[in-house]
Amino acid sequence: MIDLKSNFIGIQTPNPFWLASAPPTDKAYNVNRAFEAGWGGVMWKTLGEAGLPLVNVNGPRYGAWHGKDRTLMGLNNIELITDRDLEINLAEIIQVKKDWPDRGVVVSLMVPCEEQAWIDILRRVEDTGADGIELNFGCPHGMSERGMGAAVGQVPEYVEMVAAWCKQYSDLPTIVKLTPNITDIRTSARGAVRGGADAVSLINTINSVMGVDLDQLKMSPFVGQQGSHGGYCGPAVKPIALHMLSEIARDAECNDIPISGIGGITDWRDAAEFMALGASNVQVCTAVMTYGFRIVEDMIDGLSRYLADQGMTSVDQLIGAAVPSVTSWNKLDLNYVAKAQIDQDSCIKCGRCHIACEDTSHQAISTEINGERGFQVRDEDCVGCNLCVVVCPVENCITLRELDTGELDTRTGEKVSADYQNWSQHPNNSIG
Amino acid sequence: MTAFISNSAGRSMPAGHRLSEADYQTNFSDIHTPLDARSAVVEADRCYYCYGAPCQTACPTDIDVPSFIRMISEKNEVGAAGKILSENIMGGTCARACPVETLCEDACVRNTEDDRPIQIGLLQRFATDRATELGAKFFTREAATGYSVAIVGAGPAGLSCAHRLATLGHDVVIYEAQEKSGGLNEYGLAAYKMAGDYAQKEVENILSIGGISIKHGIKVGEDVSFAELQTSYDAVFMGVGLGTSKDIQLDGESASGVLNAVDYIHQLRQAKDLGQLPVGQDIVVIGGGMTAIDIAIQIKRLGAANVTMAYRRGKEQMNASIEEQEFALNEGVHIAHWAKPVSLQIEQGAITGVEFSKANIEGGETYITPTDMLFKAIGQSLTPINMGAIEFVKTSGKYEVDHQLRTSQPGIWAGGDCVAGSDDLAVSAVQDGKLAALSIHKSLTQSQA
Repeated sequence: MIDLKSNFIGIQTPNPFWLASAPPTDKAYNVNRAFEAGWGGVMWKTLGEAGLPLVNVNGPRYGAWHGKDRTLMGLNNIELITDRDLEINLAEIIQVKKDWPDRGVVVSLMVPCEEQAWIDILRRVEDTGADGIELNFGCPHGMSERGMGAAVGQVPEYVEMVAAWCKQYSDLPTIVKLTPNITDIRTSARGAVRGGADAVSLINTINSVMGVDLDQLKMSPFVGQQGSHGGYCGPAVKPIALHMLSEIARDAECNDIPISGIGGITDWRDAAEFMALGASNVQVCTAVMTYGFRIVEDMIDGLSRYLADQGMTSVDQLIGAAVPSVTSWNKLDLNYVAKAQIDQDSCIKCGRCHIACEDTSHQAISTEINGERGFQVRDEDCVGCNLCVVVCPVENCITLRELDTGELDTRTGEKVSADYQNWSQHPNNSIG
Repeated sequence: MTAFISNSAGRSMPAGHRLSEADYQTNFSDIHTPLDARSAVVEADRCYYCYGAPCQTACPTDIDVPSFIRMISEKNEVGAAGKILSENIMGGTCARACPVETLCEDACVRNTEDDRPIQIGLLQRFATDRATELGAKFFTREAATGYSVAIVGAGPAGLSCAHRLATLGHDVVIYEAQEKSGGLNEYGLAAYKMAGDYAQKEVENILSIGGISIKHGIKVGEDVSFAELQTSYDAVFMGVGLGTSKDIQLDGESASGVLNAVDYIHQLRQAKDLGQLPVGQDIVVIGGGMTAIDIAIQIKRLGAANVTMAYRRGKEQMNASIEEQEFALNEGVHIAHWAKPVSLQIEQGAITGVEFSKANIEGGETYITPTDMLFKAIGQSLTPINMGAIEFVKTSGKYEVDHQLRTSQPGIWAGGDCVAGSDDLAVSAVQDGKLAALSIHKSLTQSQA
C-alpha cells in the first residue's frame, strides 16, 4: 500500500481527501466525525462577518436529480454560508485544530468586498491556528445578490484585489475558490494568480433549477409558493469540473498554480482523474452527503492500490500526469483513423448501436449477419465517432480499433498516413 | 371434523374442508406478487429499448413491448396500457397467464447478458391493472356500418374479434354455450393465475366498448342452427374451444376416480367452496403440458398428499416449459419421465393404480403407481358442431384457415384453439380474433364499395 500523504501549499495531511466547505463542515461535531473516519482535511464552512448570523430558509434547501433507480446524479442547494455565530465557529476551529494536529483545517471566508472587512476577519482566523483560508468567490445564490460570493468571483479584478488583501494582511496560505458560472474560468484564475493567491480551488456550484413539479406547476423544490435557483453539484457536474480544471492546469498565465479539485468526486477513481488532470488534492461534498463520511476508507484503499499498480510511490507522481494529453481541437491529429468493431461473442443483439447510427449518425451498422439478426459495422461508412460504443449497454462489446499506418481506410479510399496533421496544417483550412 | 366421502370402491376420499379457510386463501391467491409503482419503474429502466426488439417479435400479438416499458419508466402507465391493449385486448390476462418464459421473456436480450430478462409479464400487468384501477378508456367506436357479425364462442378469440369489430363500427352477437364469458380464462386457467375474478373484470372492460351482445347458454348446432347464423349475419367467426378431452385409450377409463383435468379445473374455477371439491390422496396426472402442470399443482394445493405427473417422454420434450416444471417440483409434485401408462388397475369400479412401462427402455419392465384419482391431461380435441350441410376443410378435426383466418367456406372465419396448427395459447387466440376481425372488416367494407 502506498502512503498517500499530501502536501498542499505547505499543508501536510495524511491523504489528499478533503471535505469541501459546505454543510458537512459546518461545526466541530461533523468535522470531528469526519476526521475520525479518516478525512485528510476540511474546508470549514464559510464564515461571514461578526454580528448577527445569517438566516437560512426553513423549507427545502436541497433538490436532486435522480436516475430511474433513484441514484443521485445531481444535487442542488440554496443554503447560505454558516448561520452560526462567528465566535462559536472560531472557538470550535481552535479546539478542532488542537485535537487533530495532523489534519488540515482551512477556513472558508466570505465578507463584503471592503478592505477593512477582510482585515478584521483575517485577524480572527489567524488566531485560531487554522492552516489557511479559502476565499468563497463562488456561492451562486443568496450571497451573490448581496455583492459577495459569485458576484466577486465573476469579476477577475475583484478576485485579484481581495486575494491581494489576504496576502497583504495575513500570512495564511490563501486559496481562491472559483465559480464556474462564468464564460472562461481562466480569467478569474489568472486574477487569483495576479493577486498572489497560493492556490485555486474549483469548481463551486453551478446555477441551476432542478425541475418543475408537474402536478402543481411550480418549480421544484419550492419554499412556500416559490423556489429559487440553487448551486448544482454531484456526479453530474464532474465533466464540467474536469474541463475547467484542465483549462487552468494548461494555462501559461496560471503559472502552475496549485489546484484543489472539486466537482462530483464520489470515489477514488474520480479523485484520481482530478489529480491526473492537475489537482493536488480533492474536495468532496455531495458523496458524503449521500453516503456519510466512511466512504473515505474506500477512497484511501482504492487510490493507494491504484498508485501501486501504476508503479507510483506518492500522490505527487499522479498530479498532472494526464495534463499533456489535453489539447485544443485544432491540435488533434486528423490522420488518426479508427473504426468501430463489435465483438460478436459479447453482443446481446439489442440493436441500439444500429438505430443510433442509422437514425442519428452515419448508417454504418447493418442488422443481419448471414441472414440472421446480428449487428456489424461497415468500415466503408464508419467515421469512428464512438456513438455506438457509448450507447452499447455491454461494456467493451463495441470498441474502436485504430487503423495501422498504411492500412486502407475504405471510407475515404486512402491509406492511413504515418504523419501527424492537424487542422491548421490541413489543405481544406483556408482561414488558418 | 373432517368429513369423508367414499368413492364407489369404498375407499375413503376426504372432502369438505381438508384445509383451513386461510390455507385455501393462500394457496389460491395470486401466484405472482404484482410490481408496485417503484419496482415497476426500476424494472422498466432495465429495458434496453431494443431496435427491432426480439420480445415484440416473440409476442404472438405483436405488442410493442419496448415502447410500453419505456412509458412505464416515464410514469405514463395509462399510455403503456393503451399500447398493450391496442394490440392485445386481453393484455391483462396474457400478463398473468402467458408462458412468458417461452415467449417475450425468453427472447429478451438480457438473457444473453446476465440471465435476468426484463419481467415483461409483470410490467404488462402493472400497466393494465393501473389503467383498470383508474378506469381509463382507450377505445371508441367508429361510425356504425350497419353490418352485424355472429361469433361462436366468447373465449379469447371470440372476444378479441368482437372487440375489434365493434371498434370498427360493426355490431356483434356472440353465442356462448357456457353461462359465463371468457372461455378458458374463466374456466380453464389455473385459479392462482386469475385471482380476484379477473376474467370477468376483463370481459366487462372489453364489452364496455358497446355494440357486442352475448347470448349465454346457447349451443350453436343445437339451440340455434349454423345455417341461421349464416343467413342472419353478414359474417361468422368461429372461436370455439376444444371441448373434448382425449382419452388415454386404456380399459377402465370410465371407472370412478378417472377424471378429465379440464373438467376438474372447470369445476374448481367455479367452486364457491374449494373445501367441497373431491380430492384424492394419491394423484396421478397423465400428460406433460400446461394443463397437466396446472391440475397437478392445484390438486396438491387443494390438499392431495401425493401427486405424480407421468409423462411418456423426457424433460426436454415436455410441452410445459422448464420453468413450469420447476414450479411444479417446488410445489412438491413428483414428475415421472418416460412413464407410459399401459393399464389401469380397477377394483370394484374404481381406480386403484396405473401400470406404467419405462418408455425409454426397450421391452422395459413395468411398475404400478397406486392412485385413487387419475387425471387425464393429454390434450383436447374439437367437439364436432352440427353444421348441417356445410362442409369445411379440416386437419385433425380442426378448421383449416388462411393467413387472414378465412375458412374454406366464404363468409366464415375461425381462430383460436379450433383452427389447425394452433398452439392452444390464449395470446395466440387473441391475435387470431384480431386478425380475423380486420379481415372481416375488409371483406365487408370492400364488398360495399
